[in-house]
Amino acid sequence: MAQIVTLSEAISAAVADGDTVAMEGFTHLIPHAAGHEVIRQRKRNLTLIRMTPDIIYDQLIGAGCAHKLIFSWAGNPGVGSLHRFRDAVEHSWPQPLELEEHSHAGMANRFQAGASGLPFAVLRGYRGTSLPARTAGVADIVCPFTGEMLTAVSALRPDVAVIHAQRADRKGNVQYWGISGVQKEVVLASARSVVTVEEIVDSLDPRPGAVVLPSWAVSYVAAVPGGAHPSYALGYSDRDNDFYLAWDEISRDREKFAAWLDDNVYDRSGPGTADEA
Amino acid sequence: MLTYTADEMMTVTAARSLRNGMTCFVGIGLPSEAANLARTTHAPDLVLIYESGTIGSKPGQVPLSIGDGILAETADSVVSVPEIFNYWLQPGRIDIGFLGAAQVDRYGNINTTVIGPSYDSPAVRLPGAGGAPEIAGACKEVAVVLRQSRRTFAERLDFVTSVGFGTGPKTRRELGLTGGGPQLVITDLGVLRPDPGTMELVLAGIYPGVSVDRVRESTGWDLIISADLSEIAPPSEAELTALRDLLGGGSPSRQANADGTASARRSAVPVSIAVPVTKGVPT
Repeated sequence: MAQIVTLSEAISAAVADGDTVAMEGFTHLIPHAAGHEVIRQRKRNLTLIRMTPDIIYDQLIGAGCAHKLIFSWAGNPGVGSLHRFRDAVEHSWPQPLELEEHSHAGMANRFQAGASGLPFAVLRGYRGTSLPARTAGVADIVCPFTGEMLTAVSALRPDVAVIHAQRADRKGNVQYWGISGVQKEVVLASARSVVTVEEIVDSLDPRPGAVVLPSWAVSYVAAVPGGAHPSYALGYSDRDNDFYLAWDEISRDREKFAAWLDDNVYDRSGPGTADEA
Repeated sequence: MLTYTADEMMTVTAARSLRNGMTCFVGIGLPSEAANLARTTHAPDLVLIYESGTIGSKPGQVPLSIGDGILAETADSVVSVPEIFNYWLQPGRIDIGFLGAAQVDRYGNINTTVIGPSYDSPAVRLPGAGGAPEIAGACKEVAVVLRQSRRTFAERLDFVTSVGFGTGPKTRRELGLTGGGPQLVITDLGVLRPDPGTMELVLAGIYPGVSVDRVRESTGWDLIISADLSEIAPPSEAELTALRDLLGGGSPSRQANADGTASARRSAVPVSIAVPVTKGVPT
């Protein structure tokens, strides 16, 4: 059964230095507040996994939380580069960042294999690209039935999954809808999970197309209204595109970034404190 | 006299390549602008599919990201990311993949990963693969949209992120790539298509006011010119109006390069005297 706790308690209990942590959400429902809590608790030496490392991973990398990134597309969607990510890769600032990069299809299948309890997944992909020579977890595999040459990708089994959802009930059953990304797969692939939600309600009304993660498949639930911002939660908030545009400027400069981090992350107790949970 | 930018000419040309009723896997940036322009003009039944899992999206304005809420709210169906790649893309259900790129080579291979000198210490770290390798592999055909320069049209790619025709006509079959590969490359100078024998990209169409010499000078290899080179018609007033409406009045801050990287500003210079002022590669 999921424990309903504060965000601070959830991150403290679930994430240890050196863990492999996957914070997912495909543009929608990105768990920004939980990422900020990881920065505030000064977690170090993390292997971060995410298909589309965007602003929250730029912040975690710039804050010195990560030593390795497993990913498939690292950019500020529709805006440009992730400058803290690039600074780490191009200039090892604030520390070197080891990379393991894949395609989206490969990452989605790796999470699916992890959720399925399989050591690898099979797809048509990667062949002829420079990726297999540069990246762990990709191999040719021959179909035992047809002889066709396909690609195997190794399963991802993170220590911790972190996602944001619209709602949970008081038992800790989680419900989300809209663009649903790989959140179900990453929660089921991981040893532990933290789910932040817009609200905790008495009971979850059935919704067409919604995904429900039963309480017994989730470790921690924390109420964090607005916890996806500047990403969004369909039905609760809109994507703050202006902030994504503004981030380009904030993140270009190390000092400006550090000042932003001080003002917006370190100097705050953060949302999801006890009275909200 | 109608004035328009080189980028507008490029986007309009890209939109014209999409036929009504097609299914289109849409990359962010210029491909998304072009696909939405086609849907709001000559191809109302174009099915737009985004890698965030939205099938049949009908946004009123071009979204900033591939996962803006409007894409889900206007979609026929929203599916998970594993499903969009495994069930919808991989089996070859999608007619055309519309991709951006930081660099292409003469066989339409794409780099969106790193620019020299080595993978471990790149001069420029680009976003990486995203959905492109499998889109380039599995769609029945692929169109690539990018601004053309010696830097973006490279003799050699530092990294092959997505395969076009590899090293010639046999590569795709040898690799087991099921789709038809890059049948069209649309730039801010003209249009290239693969030679059906060698699969090398040749200049097939050119925009009004652009010289062949200028296209050659903007290509990092010895570009072959098609014997049937045609001049492409300029944008109509209807096309331009629809495009500018889609871009929400053309706010430059909303506009990004085909590979999802930033342009500071788009050229507002009339095409007759325009030079490409933006680069496909972030600096």
